[in-house]
Amino acid sequence: MIRRAGSSWAKGGSTFMIRIAGLIDWIKGLSRIFSVGERLTLIPADSTAGRALVTVIAIMTFLATLTGGSAILVREASRDWSATAAREMTIQIKPVSGRNAEGDGKKIVQALQDLPGIEDARLFTREESARLLEPWLGSGVDLGELPVPTLVVVKLGGASPATLATLKDRVRRISPAAVVDDHRGWVQRLERMAGALVIVALMVLGLVLTAMGLAIAFATRGAMAGSREIVLVLHFVGASDHFIAREFQRHFLRLGLRGAAFGGLAAIIIFLLSGWLTSRWSADPAGEQIEALFGQFNLGGGGYLTIGFISAMMALLTGLISRKVVYRQLRRVG
Amino acid sequence: MVRFENVGLRYGSGEEVLTDLSFAITRNSFQFLTGPSGAGKTTLMRLILMSLKPTRGLITLFDRDTSTIAKDEITAIRRRIGVVFQDFRLLDHLTTYENVALPLFVQGREERSYRAEVTELLKWVGLGEKISAFPPILSGGEKQRAAIARALIVRPELLLADEPTGNVDPSLAKRLLRLFVELHKSGTSIVIATHDLGLMDQFDSARRLVLGEGRLHVYD
Repeated sequence: MIRRAGSSWAKGGSTFMIRIAGLIDWIKGLSRIFSVGERLTLIPADSTAGRALVTVIAIMTFLATLTGGSAILVREASRDWSATAAREMTIQIKPVSGRNAEGDGKKIVQALQDLPGIEDARLFTREESARLLEPWLGSGVDLGELPVPTLVVVKLGGASPATLATLKDRVRRISPAAVVDDHRGWVQRLERMAGALVIVALMVLGLVLTAMGLAIAFATRGAMAGSREIVLVLHFVGASDHFIAREFQRHFLRLGLRGAAFGGLAAIIIFLLSGWLTSRWSADPAGEQIEALFGQFNLGGGGYLTIGFISAMMALLTGLISRKVVYRQLRRVG
Repeated sequence: MVRFENVGLRYGSGEEVLTDLSFAITRNSFQFLTGPSGAGKTTLMRLILMSLKPTRGLITLFDRDTSTIAKDEITAIRRRIGVVFQDFRLLDHLTTYENVALPLFVQGREERSYRAEVTELLKWVGLGEKISAFPPILSGGEKQRAAIARALIVRPELLLADEPTGNVDPSLAKRLLRLFVELHKSGTSIVIATHDLGLMDQFDSARRLVLGEGRLHVYD
């Protein structure tokens, strides 16, 4: 094209830009013809709607993996609590007038030494009991003036129910004021709470998946409407519905993989960061308490594999839903 | 190859836009489909392509009654028909080469099995230099030739071309017509929808199907 003298710079500039764009297109086209193994992409890969969908999938994957990871953490913490609590037993000897609680405690410790399955039995000193009560009563309190029970902590190493019955019998004979607490009620409550949290997490996961499924279905319909001309041409050049549905599936799987990778990676970073922060906090007493309550923010290999699995499932789900929606639309349109 | 028997078409509850069409397109035949604008040439082509269903009558395509054809069979039949659309319908995000190769690609053929074939055809229609160009930068005539090449690449048994010379100058129109005649000689049945009398006069041995007021008149 010959530019006439006197034509405006703007016009000249736009002509130049068109030429540049044409040249870029030509180079792109040439590179595609001679590229080896690259497959023809029938549904345009980059669009605003596509980028928005990648963001939605990334957010959904992030939420899903965060929920899944949290469920794993809660389950692991619950197992730790249960295992720790089940390995211990506490015997409380209430102060009763006319009886020496501390003396009874020593006798109980003696009486339990020879029982099979008992690893250790130890009488808590007054100082240790005071330390336990310190958060509620403050420091420097004389426990002698308070009706504080004497504690014997028993560590169990696979004691049979028969042994536990013998243990309870021996304790009762030594001190009628002694109460054996095997933490069973506490463990059950913990397990119920952890179970409820895992169920809630699964429900959230289900809602996230449903929301994502709907978002993908809408996005697919939108993409189909936007690619109506492409679908029409494909039909006329002899493409089957299966082929067209597969093309859309491939397109959405690609978007799904991108979104799921971003979301999954973000969740992994969050868990790694939380693990690192809690390991730093556990150096002080408050951190110790948090760690005792929630366990370590350490997912472990299985947890990270689960995040990878959920992310892969999200991508796969994206492809499958889009294929189904496209196929149904094509059948409906006829 | 194609047989219409008392075919009628109406949109909704309106009057019939095509009435009592009865004709046949035989193997290795050449015909112009003509008539004034809005006479229904494109509609008739859409009926042949099975993108429209007739309201009444019988259409037989490759010895199959179109009213009883399953969806999967429609795909198989369309692969035997080449179409050149009036508005080209090239995909803008694909190169000229990819657009022309599209019918082979959707059949699942390996790219290396058709690369030489597509390149050769593009050279034949005069687009050898535009092989990697995208449609938005092609001229009207180049788009037209790319659309024709796309229809020809599968060596169709029947070629439907809707106003294939509508966007080109007379000399190019003549060249394109020669291209269709060559194809016809190689055994393809051709239907060219046009209202260009000059074009039809250049190949006056061809049959003329004239559409007017919804009815078809055949001049052998």
